[in-house]
Amino acid sequence: MEKNSSCCFSNLSSNLPITCLITFITIFLHRVLNVIYRTGKPLGKRVSPQRPLSTLIVLGSGGHTAEMINLLLVLRKERFTPRFYIAAATDNMSLQKARVLENSLADSSETKGLSAEFMQIYRSREVGQSYVTSVWTTLVAMAHALWLMIKIRPQVVLCNGPGTCIPLCVIAFFIKVIGIRRSSIFYVESIARVKRLSLSGLLLYKLRIADQFFVQWPQLQRKYPRAHYVGCLM
Amino acid sequence: MGEARDGVKVKRVVFVTVGTCFDALVKVADCQEVKDELYRRGYTDLLIQMGRGSYLPAKSTGDDGSLAVDYFTFSSSIADHLRSASLVISHVGSGSIFETLQLGKPLIVVVNEDLMDNHQSELAEELAERKHLYCSRPLTLHQTIASMDLNSLVPYTPGDATPVAKLINRFLGFPEES
Repeated sequence: MEKNSSCCFSNLSSNLPITCLITFITIFLHRVLNVIYRTGKPLGKRVSPQRPLSTLIVLGSGGHTAEMINLLLVLRKERFTPRFYIAAATDNMSLQKARVLENSLADSSETKGLSAEFMQIYRSREVGQSYVTSVWTTLVAMAHALWLMIKIRPQVVLCNGPGTCIPLCVIAFFIKVIGIRRSSIFYVESIARVKRLSLSGLLLYKLRIADQFFVQWPQLQRKYPRAHYVGCLM
Repeated sequence: MGEARDGVKVKRVVFVTVGTCFDALVKVADCQEVKDELYRRGYTDLLIQMGRGSYLPAKSTGDDGSLAVDYFTFSSSIADHLRSASLVISHVGSGSIFETLQLGKPLIVVVNEDLMDNHQSELAEELAERKHLYCSRPLTLHQTIASMDLNSLVPYTPGDATPVAKLINRFLGFPEES
């Protein structure tokens, strides 16, 4: 990095803005490569007593929320708290199902205080929306995602496929690059995906944004070797 | 098989669920061919969850020696309807499919050919290959009903999310569960 700067310095010392820009871009690229390199590397053993991890849970319409709830039922709540549930603005059922789950948890344990929050995010793209207008709506969704992620700064992100998770995961990755918070992103591809990945899955797999990528059918594991085959969740 | 036993008719309900909207399935479930085939196979009642569709089935009490037909648009949970059904005919929604399979009910899934990206048929075909259900199209539904052998269906073992939880915990450095 130092050599790089001193090489350019004599030529560009007269043009400070360009020097700054090149330095900034170099640092940024270095951070991006660093984060990608560290993606998927497990965190070290947690020192006892283990502090809980703030967790962002992305819900989606249809089977997505049902599958996510199935996963949440086998995770120890005291390890993943506080929990932030996010669903698309037009999805009414998912947050309701999440509330039901949280209420049942509140009944069965003695934990007091607010350990769950529920929020909505603008949708990047409605089903059937034209791809041209989707560019604008995706940008709006990204801005909204940035706002929410800066507020929450989760340590763990759980998602399983709905388009809503893309802006959130991209922002989480961006936050890692900037160095504000190192989050672990877990993606479970939907049970309905047997031979081909969804668009969300493809993006998170190819761009190496997800730390761990889970698939529920063996055909997908053969096609995407970095994925973990975990069998059916339902 | 639907005949009077001690004066009490044994109800065998076919529950059709289309999710949000699937007019082609509602239409074909209500067509005479399919209803006759269901009656022939010993079913007594047909209940259709039709969603936002525009086609309205014809209600019938079934007193004239045919299938009793009823319908509704949506309900907050179809679990009770699934539980009381003897046969389920469903759109390819992973929610209704797995709820039905977990209840051990015989299931025919009908693929919606009007949908653009038909990735959903992957799931239907895979489960049909593993003999957990029958897979059909609206136009071939009556043939599927006529030729199905429900005894040949393999019971579905419910899935388990613990492998995922294990990997997540291990990645984050939490100790193994005992």
